[in-house]
Amino acid sequence: MSEKRFVHPYIPNSEPAVKREMLDSIGMDSVEDIYKGIPDRLRYNKRMDLPEPIISEYSCERYMDKILDENRNARNNICFLGGGTWNHYVPAVVETVMERDEFLTCYVGDAYTDHGKFQALWESSSMLSDLTGLEATCTPCYDWANAISVACRMASRMTGKTEILVSGSIAEDRLLVVKNYCKPEIKVTLVDYDRKTGLLDIGDLKNKLNDNVAAVYFENPSYLGALEVNAGEICELAHDAGATAMVGVDPTSLGILEAPGSYGADYAVGELQPLGIHMNFGGGVGGFIATKDEERFVAEFPSLLFGVCKTTQEGEYGFGEVAYERTSYAQREKGKDFIGTTAALHGVAAAVYMALMGPQGFKEMGEGILQRVEYVKEKLAEVPGVTIPISGYSYCDFLVDFNGTGKSVREINKKLLEYNVLGGKDISGEFPEYGQAALYSVTEVHTKEDLDTLIKALKEICA
Amino acid sequence: MKRIGLIINPVAGIGGKVGLKGSDGAETLEKALKLGAVPESGDKAFVTIKKMCELKDEMDIYTYPGEMGADICSRADMECHVLGKIDYGRTTTSDTVKAAKKLVRFGVDIILFAGGDGTARDIMDAVGTGIPVLGIPTGCKIHSGVYALNPRAAGELMCDFVEGKIRGTKEAEVMDIDEELFRQGIVQARLYGYLKIPNEGKKVQNLKSGGGYSEAGAIDLIGNYVADTLEDDTLYIVGTGSTTAAIMKKLGLKNTLLGVDLVYNHEVIGSDCTERQLLEVLSRYDKVKILVTVIGGQGYIFGRGNQQISAAVIKKVGRENIIVVATADKMASIFGNPLYVDTGDQEVNEYLKGYIRVIVGYEKTVMARVSD
Amino acid sequence: MAKMKVRKNFQQARWNEPMIYELSTKGLRGIIPPLVEKDIQKETGDVAAKLPDSLKRKSSLDLPEVAQKQVLQHFLHLSQETSGANLNNDLVEGTCTMKYNPRVCERLALNPGFADVHPDQDIETIQGMLKIYYEFEKVVKEVSGMDKFSLQPGGGNHAVYTAASIIRAYFEERGELEQRNEIITTIFSHPCDAACPATAGFKVITIYPDENGMPDIEAIKAAANEHTAAIFMTNPEDIGIYNVHADEVVKVIHGVGGLCFYDQANANAFLGVARAKEAGFDMCHFNIHKTFGTPHGGEGPACGAIGVQEYMAKYLPVPTVEFDGNKYYLDYDKPDSIGRVREYIGQSSVVLKAYAWSMMMGPDYLKECAEISVINNNYMLNIMEKIPGVTHAFKGNGIVRQEQIRYSFQPLMDKCGVGSEDMNRHMGDYGIPWFWASHYPWVIPEPMTIEPCESYTKEEIEECCKVVEICAGEAMENPDFVKNAPYNTAMHKRIDDGDLDDPAKWALSWKAYKRKHNE
Repeated sequence: MSEKRFVHPYIPNSEPAVKREMLDSIGMDSVEDIYKGIPDRLRYNKRMDLPEPIISEYSCERYMDKILDENRNARNNICFLGGGTWNHYVPAVVETVMERDEFLTCYVGDAYTDHGKFQALWESSSMLSDLTGLEATCTPCYDWANAISVACRMASRMTGKTEILVSGSIAEDRLLVVKNYCKPEIKVTLVDYDRKTGLLDIGDLKNKLNDNVAAVYFENPSYLGALEVNAGEICELAHDAGATAMVGVDPTSLGILEAPGSYGADYAVGELQPLGIHMNFGGGVGGFIATKDEERFVAEFPSLLFGVCKTTQEGEYGFGEVAYERTSYAQREKGKDFIGTTAALHGVAAAVYMALMGPQGFKEMGEGILQRVEYVKEKLAEVPGVTIPISGYSYCDFLVDFNGTGKSVREINKKLLEYNVLGGKDISGEFPEYGQAALYSVTEVHTKEDLDTLIKALKEICA
Repeated sequence: MKRIGLIINPVAGIGGKVGLKGSDGAETLEKALKLGAVPESGDKAFVTIKKMCELKDEMDIYTYPGEMGADICSRADMECHVLGKIDYGRTTTSDTVKAAKKLVRFGVDIILFAGGDGTARDIMDAVGTGIPVLGIPTGCKIHSGVYALNPRAAGELMCDFVEGKIRGTKEAEVMDIDEELFRQGIVQARLYGYLKIPNEGKKVQNLKSGGGYSEAGAIDLIGNYVADTLEDDTLYIVGTGSTTAAIMKKLGLKNTLLGVDLVYNHEVIGSDCTERQLLEVLSRYDKVKILVTVIGGQGYIFGRGNQQISAAVIKKVGRENIIVVATADKMASIFGNPLYVDTGDQEVNEYLKGYIRVIVGYEKTVMARVSD
Repeated sequence: MAKMKVRKNFQQARWNEPMIYELSTKGLRGIIPPLVEKDIQKETGDVAAKLPDSLKRKSSLDLPEVAQKQVLQHFLHLSQETSGANLNNDLVEGTCTMKYNPRVCERLALNPGFADVHPDQDIETIQGMLKIYYEFEKVVKEVSGMDKFSLQPGGGNHAVYTAASIIRAYFEERGELEQRNEIITTIFSHPCDAACPATAGFKVITIYPDENGMPDIEAIKAAANEHTAAIFMTNPEDIGIYNVHADEVVKVIHGVGGLCFYDQANANAFLGVARAKEAGFDMCHFNIHKTFGTPHGGEGPACGAIGVQEYMAKYLPVPTVEFDGNKYYLDYDKPDSIGRVREYIGQSSVVLKAYAWSMMMGPDYLKECAEISVINNNYMLNIMEKIPGVTHAFKGNGIVRQEQIRYSFQPLMDKCGVGSEDMNRHMGDYGIPWFWASHYPWVIPEPMTIEPCESYTKEEIEECCKVVEICAGEAMENPDFVKNAPYNTAMHKRIDDGDLDDPAKWALSWKAYKRKHNE
């Protein structure tokens, strides 16, 4: 504490002469003249018990890098984790744009001085609309789980109904978020799924549909890796019962999978992270909600919607907030949730990514992932004791059943670390019906060598 | 092509500069002119008309001769059609009323007028809420809500109206002030009635917390909430005001805008009641509630338009059974001031003082201070 | 000393940039995804072709097709048309605490030891990340005095919503939830202090300030009763006045059995000076991306850290980060937890950067952030007070302001019809980014809320004041000129002829735009 006191590079007016001049000009002796109004009983009069500052930038970076280097990562290991945030390639151009201080450090400026931000986010929403086939997409939500939650409340407000049917194969964490957000008025009911196909149980859906269901939510691809072949039928059943159809998607899969808007979905929600954002230890997430461009749907968005308008300059693209002056719609309108700072920057990153990839990029990547997944599934089935419990093709994520090996997923994953392989997510606790199973994820970043390394390692471990 | 009726009250505001308040009444007018007052409202209206000239090809102006409109149009280089006759330099209230009626008969889409509360009252007498109107503020006594912020804003609003950018109308209070008391320095406004004005729904981009509700939306929410929480077997004494009127409409009940109505189990059992009628009816009921809104720019809940809900009625019903509704915008407009009561009975005024909840949305209330 | 300079010839980049779709030519490629090895292809064949018909994409995918340079160029142009705090005099975005976001923190975020870490990795392999969460939690605990934090919520609103969920759980456990269905907040608190509890199912009572600008304690007393679940209160409020009755409020609410939540979005003025704990609050939150120097990202990603006293810790979302003396681990064993408010552990990039920033600050510099912020603000007020056409909320109430001021252009509006929004647009012509006016409703008319936090220099403060003065002067001389601004920013004045609120005209996507505008 008795070391040299520096003027902090981030606090320019703390330079004593500057500070003195400023205080003098306002007729004050010290900052205490400003705080004096605060009663003593509310003051904190001690020195905060925090570590001494690492004032040199070099030392701080070195200190932090040392901590970060303790983490294994998908560069120095082969990572097979997915299930909500994925290991995809981040193009250099995306990273360059994300580094720009303008996009990085702007906030709530209007389109006059933040015109670029508006345009980038608008283009992002537009391109997400292209992928989903639903023309009204809002600015980003916190993550996929929150996107589902917000959309459920939107559906409830619009229809006036208070029950949501949710596919039973939804991730536990995601369900927890939805359940909390739906309180107190909205009831969340799970619909059974077929263990072998991973598909939503249509019979159970029919049983559970009633005239108080606001939305039926299912995922395509599902958390456990099934591709929902009955998507169209599910949407139809929902509509017949007076409910809306809501599907959760991985946007990168929409280069090869049908657009939700085309098979009857009213809402498409999903995760932005796979669109060119690093995993960032769970911090790369951002959600989106897309709906039909119809008044009754759009009117329920609690979040910001950007639209195009004219300005005084002919030919200029103007942007602004679509501020819909509501006339009375719902019977029991109580107001639309809350909105705030969510994950806008990720929306911009996604825009750059989608623009780079284009339709062909998504198609090729999707086709390639299907092939890699199929390849590794075949090879895994050759490992003694290992099976693929869910039939059908998968995109990125798929379940691997280790029950036959007599070893737990935990044990296997520990051993895999010795090969510098980060094994699939242990879902034995989450979905006990599959026993010792793990959720593996393969994307376009996995080479044949990576996949063969996994197979070889597992063969040795499970022998 | 929009047809705009234009009426200028040339003597509005005339008293202000020479120290006289208001200009109603021929006597005051004479005094003002003798003191060398120069009719001013024309200059303010000029600003408005000049602004409107930007779209002159898209509007047809119908007005009265000379100082009631034609002069200003000429000065501003705005073409107009002139109707009727006036006695130059000696125009009065009845001229305003006649002109307004004639313009309505003629079929204008909106009446633009320049003047103060008195002029607004005249217009109201003539057209009621039949067609939309907009006031250019020029009088020195403006308590009604039918005016634009200033002459320039009036011009902008008229341009928006002509271009079809204004969606819908809303009711605005017409207040009037007791002239005698006013000249003694006492301001006592009274709800006189309502006029329909263009609903400009001023839009401001609110990028951090999303759009708020428009006034119509807010009233809708309040209406929903009151409708949902209406108790059975309870007599509701519903006061005057556009917010209470909207609630009645939501309930599907007939409502007298300027009168006090009685509702019981979702039916209207009394309309436009007098104090005596109220006292008589409420004595027959166990559970009684009063539903009022905030009247006027100064924020009165009793005394400026709800006189029928007298001190006696309030005493019988009880403070805890008073429900106040108002939009958040209305509450914001009286920011810094409490809600006022003037029941005529000091004891009851004291009884009402303190804090009261005001319903501003669905399950949303504001804690307001009540004073006298 | 540095010189103050008004940018008289400022011109923001204005590229007249086409929409990305207008740069599209069929067949162009921006990037080629990794090719599948021939061996794999031989084994599996064309899997996509084998998908059941119902799954295959048949509808056209009309994404733009643009070559790589042109994509980069397009977004760099858009970037230049945006004003970030790191390169602008952004002290005008009041309530947002637009600090310098250190570049070294951005570099840290690109370390694969962070960027390429999956949150579901085995605990052993992410000890570094868990350490960062744990250590940063210590920082916010010390700054607030609270006993336990969750860094899970993704922003201030989210933290407030989490608090509302916790309060709900607290009373549910006691069987009092049906009875306690009201929360109290104030008009100058952030709107989320009303909206989030409302979303969680509570009724909201809003309190207006007394004549000094502090929440009317008598009104709070009148509002508090056996139905009160909690009070949600921002302190200091957005107008920059510190509520010295904070602990009295706590007494009143505790007195009726309710809980007290301290919205600390405006904590920057009080780091090391006044804490939630000493005021008696049960819970509080911080906007990490404001107070702790991480980038705002144009509205996220962000982090709303929520802190509670010991007796409320069991309700926090799962998992919490713990340390057993040897290693860090995640604690999921919380049967009373409200569950989750997001899928993973938290907004890790914000936590990482905030931790690094805090380590560079330490206790004394953190306090200095607060002290310089309030000095900056009062220095600015002293200059602004002298500008004709400008006033501020509760002027003359004799209370010294803290870190921000809500100014008002009402006098200017009265004089010449030019108001807050007009001034906002015109100040942009001098390079000043968009200022924050106020939350709704605009109780203080024609508002402008300014927060000159510790990152700004004396000259930048003076520059901003000078620009206000110049623009106000121009307004009085030629109101029309100011009302038709801006002239030198990336975008000109909007003409809203229903394109933004008419369902028949609004365009939320390119497809819709083309369809509705016949192009």
